[in-house]
Amino acid sequence: MSDRPIIDIRHAAKSYGSLEVLKDISLQVQTGQIVAIIGPSGSGKSTLLRAINDLDPLSSGEVWLDDIQVNKALPTRQYETHINSVRQNIGMVFQHFNLFPHLSVRDNITLAPKMLKGISKAEADQLAVEQLNKVGLLDRIDYYPSQLSGGQKQRVAIARALAMKPKVMLFDEATSALDPELVEEVNLVMKQLAEEHMTMIIVTHEMGFAQDVCDRVLFMDQGVVVEEGPPDVIFRNPANERTKNFLRKHLKGQH
Amino acid sequence: MLRVFPFFLQAAWVTIQLSVLSCAMGLVCGALGAAARLSRSPALRFTGATYVSVIRGTPALIQVFILYFGGPQIGIQLEAFEAGVLALGFNIGAYMTETMRGAIISVDRGQNEAARTLGLSRFETFRSVILPQALRLMIRPLGVNINALIKGTALVAAISVVELTYTAQRYIGSTYKPFEMFFLAGSIYMVIIYVTGLGVSWLDRRVALK
Ligand SMILES: Nc1ncnc2c1ncn2[C@@H]1O[C@H](COP(=O)(O)OP(=O)(O)OP(=O)(O)O)[C@@H](O)[C@H]1O
Ligand SMILES: [Mg+2]
Repeated sequence: MSDRPIIDIRHAAKSYGSLEVLKDISLQVQTGQIVAIIGPSGSGKSTLLRAINDLDPLSSGEVWLDDIQVNKALPTRQYETHINSVRQNIGMVFQHFNLFPHLSVRDNITLAPKMLKGISKAEADQLAVEQLNKVGLLDRIDYYPSQLSGGQKQRVAIARALAMKPKVMLFDEATSALDPELVEEVNLVMKQLAEEHMTMIIVTHEMGFAQDVCDRVLFMDQGVVVEEGPPDVIFRNPANERTKNFLRKHLKGQH
Repeated sequence: MLRVFPFFLQAAWVTIQLSVLSCAMGLVCGALGAAARLSRSPALRFTGATYVSVIRGTPALIQVFILYFGGPQIGIQLEAFEAGVLALGFNIGAYMTETMRGAIISVDRGQNEAARTLGLSRFETFRSVILPQALRLMIRPLGVNINALIKGTALVAAISVVELTYTAQRYIGSTYKPFEMFFLAGSIYMVIIYVTGLGVSWLDRRVALK
């Protein structure tokens, strides 16, 4: 394994008008690492995550995926081609699933691989079966999203992202929209990915999950990474006053 | 009454032709208009917006007159029927532009993000993810546009296209029965509109989300 980080964010900054949402953030993630990003609402977690695949472009700074600069300055047309190919390597899972409601579970999973990787129908079906097996939903292959529970939807969304064989997976509060009893099934899938050493960046409000699964935890507040370290340190022995305050509110009842 | 009925049926056929042709043209104008209004090019957006506001800001009758009576002045010589189809189609196209645009932009933003994140291009995303959902959303409101269009075909009586309204007016002279003549014309409009409505509902059910 090389020393080059798979994700390298260099001096990321982002403003909406006069509001500075990200202030000079740098972050390196090694292959196989699992990073949690925690922090209060509005601290810029989603913005940072969405900068990684240039869904929310940075105002300044660079994002690298392996040896490719994601947010390269290119003429519009070239940029489109570039970003579309880069994004195939970055899976993303959203809070609200964003499954395609007009497509079956199978087609949700195979749409992009069929379109972008030129695979045959048989190969695509095989891929759908493989991915659904992974998330334990093979029996739902011909269902439509509206026929699934929230937890099932999110597992299909994960399967859809995995079907592109991404190098990195980004999760933006993947379980926040779920009823409490459905959270665990999604967490289990994510844990399984962790065991397979998928590189993951996980924005979450679930401190317990972050503690169990992640190698590193970043605490963000007001557009900066206030503190980062291994979960044991961040959760049990944080150095920064803001981190302590935040955790005091969020760990209530967990310890 | 019985004596004039065949003429009314003929006129109904003209009304149907007017409706179908101008509807087809409206759908094309609507698709182009919506594409322009949602384009990345400011010039196209401006063109689309101008089209919509000019058409919606002026009476359809004036638009019909401008094309039919004003056309020859700028070298556009059209039969009344042709002028009627073009004016009605161009007119309803502006309303359809707004209908289609509305349906497209009301597809959840997350759909676009999810597709783009997978690596689909803007075009692939539109074709495979946004449009199929937008089509479902636009069928009923397009049905409303088409309803207005069918009734609007009555306007071209004013340029002597022998459609239902014109025919009703014409036979008042020989029958002295304006109530019956207009009642008959109205009834035929209603049948056409009712059948069209059934078609729209059928289409809407067929493409409804599972
Ligand atoms: N399109 C936008 N225009 C203006 N301001 C925005 C926009 N998107 C986000 N912001 C602002 O940027 C800041 C950071 O938003 P972000 O969504 O990254 O926060 P977050 O940490 O993910 O919060 P949450 O935990 O609520 O999801 C917020 O103050 C938000 O209001
Ligand atoms: Mg967020």
